[in-house]
Amino acid sequence: MTDMLTPPEAIKLTRKDFVAEQEVRWCPGCGDYSILAQTQKVMPDFGVPKENIVFISGIGCSGRLPYYMNTYGFHSIHGRAPTLATGLKIARPELMIWVTTGDGDALSIGGNHFLHSMRRNVDFTMVMHNNRIYGLTKGQTSPTSEFGKRTKSTPMGSVDRPVMPLTLALAAEATFVARTVDTHTEHMQQTLEAAGRHRGASFIEVLQNCNIFNDGAWREFTERDVRDDRMLVLEHGKPLIFGKSRDKGIRLRGLHPEVVTIGENGVTEADLLVHDQYAEDPYLALILSRMFWPEFPVPVGILREVDRPTYSDLMDGQIEQAIAKSGPGDLAKALMAGETWTVE
Amino acid sequence: MTSTAQGPEHDVRELDRVTIRFAGDSGDGMQLTGTQFTRTAAVFGNDISTFPDYPAEIRAPAGSLPGVSGFQLSFSASDIHTPGDAPDVLVAMNPAALKTNVPDVPPGGAVIVNSDAFTAGNLSKAAYASNPLTDGSLKQYKVFQVPISTLNAAALEGLDMTSKQVDLTKNFFALGIMFWLYERSMEPTLKWIDQKFGSRPVIAEANRRALRAGHAFGDTTEMFHETYRVPKAKLPPGTYRNITGNEATALGFLAAAQAAGRPLFYGSYPITPASDILHQLSAFKSFGVKSFQAEDEIAAMGATIGAAYGGSLALTGTSGPGLALKTEAMGLAVMTELPVVIVNVQRAGPSTGLPTKVEQADLFQAVFGRNGEAPIPVVAPATPAECFSMAIEASRIALKYMTPVIYLSDAFVGNGAEPWRVPSTDELPDISVPAAVKGDGRFLPYGRDPETLSRPWAVPGTPGLEHRIGGLEKLDGLGTVSYDADNHHRMTVLRRDKVAGIAKDIPDLEVFGPDHGELLILGWGSTYGAIRSAVERLTGEGKSVAHAHLRHLFPFPKNTGDVLRSYKTVLVPELNLGQLWFLIRGTYLVDALAYGRVRGKPFRISEIVDEANRILAERS
Repeated sequence: MTDMLTPPEAIKLTRKDFVAEQEVRWCPGCGDYSILAQTQKVMPDFGVPKENIVFISGIGCSGRLPYYMNTYGFHSIHGRAPTLATGLKIARPELMIWVTTGDGDALSIGGNHFLHSMRRNVDFTMVMHNNRIYGLTKGQTSPTSEFGKRTKSTPMGSVDRPVMPLTLALAAEATFVARTVDTHTEHMQQTLEAAGRHRGASFIEVLQNCNIFNDGAWREFTERDVRDDRMLVLEHGKPLIFGKSRDKGIRLRGLHPEVVTIGENGVTEADLLVHDQYAEDPYLALILSRMFWPEFPVPVGILREVDRPTYSDLMDGQIEQAIAKSGPGDLAKALMAGETWTVE
Repeated sequence: MTSTAQGPEHDVRELDRVTIRFAGDSGDGMQLTGTQFTRTAAVFGNDISTFPDYPAEIRAPAGSLPGVSGFQLSFSASDIHTPGDAPDVLVAMNPAALKTNVPDVPPGGAVIVNSDAFTAGNLSKAAYASNPLTDGSLKQYKVFQVPISTLNAAALEGLDMTSKQVDLTKNFFALGIMFWLYERSMEPTLKWIDQKFGSRPVIAEANRRALRAGHAFGDTTEMFHETYRVPKAKLPPGTYRNITGNEATALGFLAAAQAAGRPLFYGSYPITPASDILHQLSAFKSFGVKSFQAEDEIAAMGATIGAAYGGSLALTGTSGPGLALKTEAMGLAVMTELPVVIVNVQRAGPSTGLPTKVEQADLFQAVFGRNGEAPIPVVAPATPAECFSMAIEASRIALKYMTPVIYLSDAFVGNGAEPWRVPSTDELPDISVPAAVKGDGRFLPYGRDPETLSRPWAVPGTPGLEHRIGGLEKLDGLGTVSYDADNHHRMTVLRRDKVAGIAKDIPDLEVFGPDHGELLILGWGSTYGAIRSAVERLTGEGKSVAHAHLRHLFPFPKNTGDVLRSYKTVLVPELNLGQLWFLIRGTYLVDALAYGRVRGKPFRISEIVDEANRILAERS
């Protein structure tokens, strides 16, 4: 943990300290309200002075979130929030940085920056609001929209295959990868809290509803009456069990996961996959990242959490090493480097 | 004068200035050879000016015309401004190098060729129908045929090396000949070999032998009848070093960070001809410099904005196509009024263009190339050594006015070298700016300094100043999002006036030559040397011609209009088709004349002299 997370005197802040004056302007009923509320709720738990917290966003409905947080905030341009966050973190490693983004912002126009900020393990938390639609531009297909989706820009159905954000994050070597849901408030708080405490590049996909342009984006499996049967809550060290009566599980058959019922065909709990979010190798996390409704229950929780040096650790380490080797840089010497001669 | 040092008797001729061009295959080490000669001449005390001219391909097919790499340098006993219009001596390592370069050699000039390379195969690759060494086509030159490859191989006999490795050292044999011909010490190069190849003794020995063998060949052969002596130049007193524009740029920003008391951040994506700046700054880790190789040009710009937001002196560097990619984020830097410097080492465009060749055609892009009303100050160094002070100047403007600044260098000024009088660190200006801290009353992120119109730099980590900024229009003062019509007009005018006000804070445009008269030649950037030399020549002939050179291109120095109106005619030579010309006509309603050339090469002095004479004749 950095000093920032363990300040000399415990700082007592409340949710209210993180609420900015600005009037919140999302459509009534938008899932973003919940993401904002849970974010404000968990912020005091970190014990970080609010002047040391920065929210950086790109463009899209999610991009407005920094205006509503009473911290430092930067509403940047489309897809580029991770680049600003990277530069800021390099310059000021002691700051706690959150990147707020959406499915279009992070995976389409900002896809390259998503990939590279994750693989560098820049110590920030990226929260991606995934509503499977372009909301701010009023309803075009997004990189996570379903194949065949009819939108204003795809009146006969989208012919683009959707990407799997968690698989991408894992492939990009993110060291913390998780999924949560806008309406599952407690789960979201736990996930935000765990991500905020993780040192390194954290990625959270929040399944979020856009009640104007893509209402019911995730309804099929997130609604209260079906979610126990259609979602899988991941817990480290626990077998992958789901279902209202906790009788369903995930078993590995060869290289493929399959849904089984405990007690049928001789299946017992011992046959099920056990979640290991700290596994060094990414195979289990990759399998989980590919599981989706309706073939599988949709996993939520932390898929992967591993400890690796952050980008700043490594860069600052090189600087320290250089200084240890040759002393702090001397400008006069640098100017005189190489061969010189004197004219009288 | 005669000399009988060791070898056959030969004459020694004293010259004021010599221009040499080394040309060979891009794998022949011509850039290294030229650089070694330049260092030696510089350390001796000559004034120097260089022009490395290399192909975009790392290794075009050996012996082919596109694969020819050249390095021209001028060294002199007097003040010089350019690497010379035409080489006095051409060293051609193969037929392709001869073919592409010999047309630049004036009649009577010397051509030294590696005759071993004139094989049927190489002649055909260079599209020679017959051997130019024997068909009489070179009779207007003094041709020296030296079997460099064979002589060099003999000198290296007994060393444990492949014949290919042996062949790679032949450039030092050629360098040895040139050192002898111009009475230069081999010591600096021998020292360099020791440092460079210290861990590989065989390679070091081979290069030493090659160099000495070339020198000894010059001394013993009866081919050359004279050697040449170029005395030291009379430069102002001080300690000097040889420096390229890109090196001076990197050092200038290193010094600027110290002068500002801020950490230095450099975010960049590799691009020719700007990558050297990334390499230089990446080597300054013991200064705490944070260099970041981004995933693309946009990320480099975004990270630079992020670092500036965090309180660093933050820079990005690129060339024209990269600047195009950074455009949107530069607009964000304008809107958020953060101090960043954007270095553009211009190359010939449009698009990928001629990646390794010089052009000044990004001036419009720098001044205008953004959506909306997005003024950004633009500065341009005129010579390699001047890059140092202009880097500090760009940083000063960025910090004092809280604005992005574009620093327009180019391939010629960036790669070219000249002696630089090394300043003492006491000479550095103080360019520090205060950090915003919590005061009484409400914090106004877009409150303005009445003098500069700049806003406070409130960096994260400062208690009590938490605020939000971004690309959306800001409410005057408070900085919250505002869609108000009058506020947008007011903020747009404020941003314009802030940048326009910099004109009060930059030096006047200076004139070389008469302060009024027939013709003013107005230039900017790397054309400085050619224009100054041309004007020296023209005034020497008694013509009423003056030279003014702009370092600040947006805004212009406040006396610019007065200077332009003091001459009957204003001529604007540029390595583009008239961009500064267009700007000064639009700004000052001056009926100036354009002289644009985009050949991927710097101006020759004679081109400007001829154009000036043509205009003077026409208008008298």
